[in-house]
Amino acid sequence: MKKNVLFLQGNEACVEAALYAGLDFFAGYPITPSTEVAELLSYRLPRKGGKFIQMEDELSSMCAIIGASLTGKKTMTATSGPGFSLMQEALGFGVMTETPCVVLNVQRGGPSTGLPTSGSQGDIMQARWGTHGEHAIIALTASNNQDVFAMTVEAFNLSETFRSPVVLLLDEVVGHTREKLILPEPGEINVVERLKTSVPEGTDYHPYLPREDGRLPMSDFGHVHRYNVTGLAHDMWGFPSTNPEVVYELMRHLVDKIQGHTHEISMTKEFHVDEAEILLVSYGASARTALHVVEDRRQRGEKLGLLELQTLWPFPDEIVKKRCAAVECVIVVEMNMGQILHEVKRVSDNPEKVFLANRIDGSFIAPADILNILRIIQGKGA
Amino acid sequence: MAVKDYIRERFFPHLWCPGCGHGTIMGAMIRAIENLEIKKRNIVIVSGIGCSSRICGYLDFHTLHTIHGRALAFATGVKLSRPELTVLAPMGDGDAFSIGGNHLIHAARRNIDITAIIMNNSIYGMTGGQYSPSTGYGDFATTAPYGNIDRPFDVVELAMGAGATFVARTTTYHVTSMIKIIEKAIKHKGFSIVEVLSQCPTYYGRKNKFASAVEMLKYYKTHTTPIGSKDKKNNLELIERGIFVEEQLPEYCEEYDKVIQKASQRGRDGKA
Ligand SMILES: Cc1ncc(C[n+]2csc(CCOP(=O)(O)OP(=O)(O)O)c2C)c(N)n1
Ligand code: SF4
Repeated sequence: MKKNVLFLQGNEACVEAALYAGLDFFAGYPITPSTEVAELLSYRLPRKGGKFIQMEDELSSMCAIIGASLTGKKTMTATSGPGFSLMQEALGFGVMTETPCVVLNVQRGGPSTGLPTSGSQGDIMQARWGTHGEHAIIALTASNNQDVFAMTVEAFNLSETFRSPVVLLLDEVVGHTREKLILPEPGEINVVERLKTSVPEGTDYHPYLPREDGRLPMSDFGHVHRYNVTGLAHDMWGFPSTNPEVVYELMRHLVDKIQGHTHEISMTKEFHVDEAEILLVSYGASARTALHVVEDRRQRGEKLGLLELQTLWPFPDEIVKKRCAAVECVIVVEMNMGQILHEVKRVSDNPEKVFLANRIDGSFIAPADILNILRIIQGKGA
Repeated sequence: MAVKDYIRERFFPHLWCPGCGHGTIMGAMIRAIENLEIKKRNIVIVSGIGCSSRICGYLDFHTLHTIHGRALAFATGVKLSRPELTVLAPMGDGDAFSIGGNHLIHAARRNIDITAIIMNNSIYGMTGGQYSPSTGYGDFATTAPYGNIDRPFDVVELAMGAGATFVARTTTYHVTSMIKIIEKAIKHKGFSIVEVLSQCPTYYGRKNKFASAVEMLKYYKTHTTPIGSKDKKNNLELIERGIFVEEQLPEYCEEYDKVIQKASQRGRDGKA
């Protein structure tokens, strides 16, 4: 069968994937470099009977997708740095109430209004810790259109499986790069549907009582079970509680349901890592440059490999640790001042052998930025 | 059905202080819903944060107790995704006019079919008596020890200015008419705002020399008057109550249905 091949931007690939995954509802507010997502969805969603709404700001967009998700819909918003900052309180509400939804952040240079039209990877830690309080979160990223598609579908799948908001961290470069996408056929990629309760009408349904496997079947607003959803610490009924035992159980559940499944959530790609002496660790747009350097140097006989991270949170500790242990040194390639560098150092047995090649001025990281570090490491001088 | 059929007795006693007006409003909401014979599973209550917003836990509907000021944003998501549900958003005055002011005017502008019930006690109750955007000029609050110098919003004017298609004001003293007004507001197709003046004896009352909740209720009796009454002409200080606006304009979810129709009539290339 002839494959459906498209030539489009990363942001458009993300839209194709969201629709493939079953997106029904989008709320958002325009911001560069994510706006194409909203524009395209305003056109595409109503064609399949879905809903699009441009809200008054990003706070309300985040709130609206949580509200819509509780009625049983797959929902999403899209933004960039300033908007992502505004979403943080409601994102935490999504975490606390265990409401599935996908938050796309097409990163641009920050802080503040920063560099609206330039790529950056400055929001990695914000995705992890941007909302207040102890919690766990899932964040994914991708470096090319085919992966943008796969990771977007995965974001929806994980949000349903773990009943959690999932942050999809793209960047301006990936979002705006035009390249090929082979559109998967329906059924080619697994799509996870919401786990609904089988508790019949008239029998008590406990919305916040995890099953033995930690999962919580949901019941849609409008369905037979009426229950309370609150951002306050709550018991199995969803009713506010300050009982230390209840709060402890809740906190453990919220964190363990994600951290305890890190191996299932961890997605990485490996390029020549088995024979590598020097390992590049990278993700998103930076991984494109890193891969270029690896392929180029290998042709000259240098033993370089690339570990590309697709799951950023929970951090794939074990995979990174194992790969770092097998090489002489590691270079983390990213467009910030070392947000993933610190994670790699944390899990590595030889943190002093972990170096950073980065770019923070809005220019896309170039091979030379990596080669300069490589030369120093290889003792060839700067 | 009896009132108890609409509440979650498991979670009582409630946390409101003796004499608080918020419970009266909850009672009136229940009566209105009962009179309209809406099924419990078709009702969603969305609130923000405040003493008022705790109403969510007690009512036996689908209830969504959200974050401070954002009730209407969540409610918009619920309503647009499932327009067949009846959505009510009870909120405090701080919730609705201060932190949530932007969402209030935009929900009104869109004319989305949500009933906003503003439980206005002119104070921040939950945080202990700070002034709100509806605290009167010269009133006292824990953050206005010398008297408030902010000018209060006139909620009715604000709602009308924002384009709300149903705007009403009532008080916790006028329970019978409050029930009628809430009924009409729910039945109204479009965005409705019902402001209910509600006493907070614990903070507003104490700071402003009201001896008790009863004194505050008497104040609502003597200082309010039906819209356009003769008394108002003689005493401009009186606060008018009743229904100020009730008009039919296209409702947001219905408008969106038309978008869906238009969109599905187009081919893949976007042409008709
Ligand atoms: C973002 C945020 N800011 C501040 C607060 C603290 N806070 C909780 S309730 C409240 C005001 C409550 O007043 P109101 O909305 O008038 O309701 P009432 O308690 O009087 O019924 C405030 C400021 C909060 N919860 N969240
Ligand atoms: S503090 Fe005021 S608003 Fe809050 S419950 Fe007490 S009386 Fe009611």
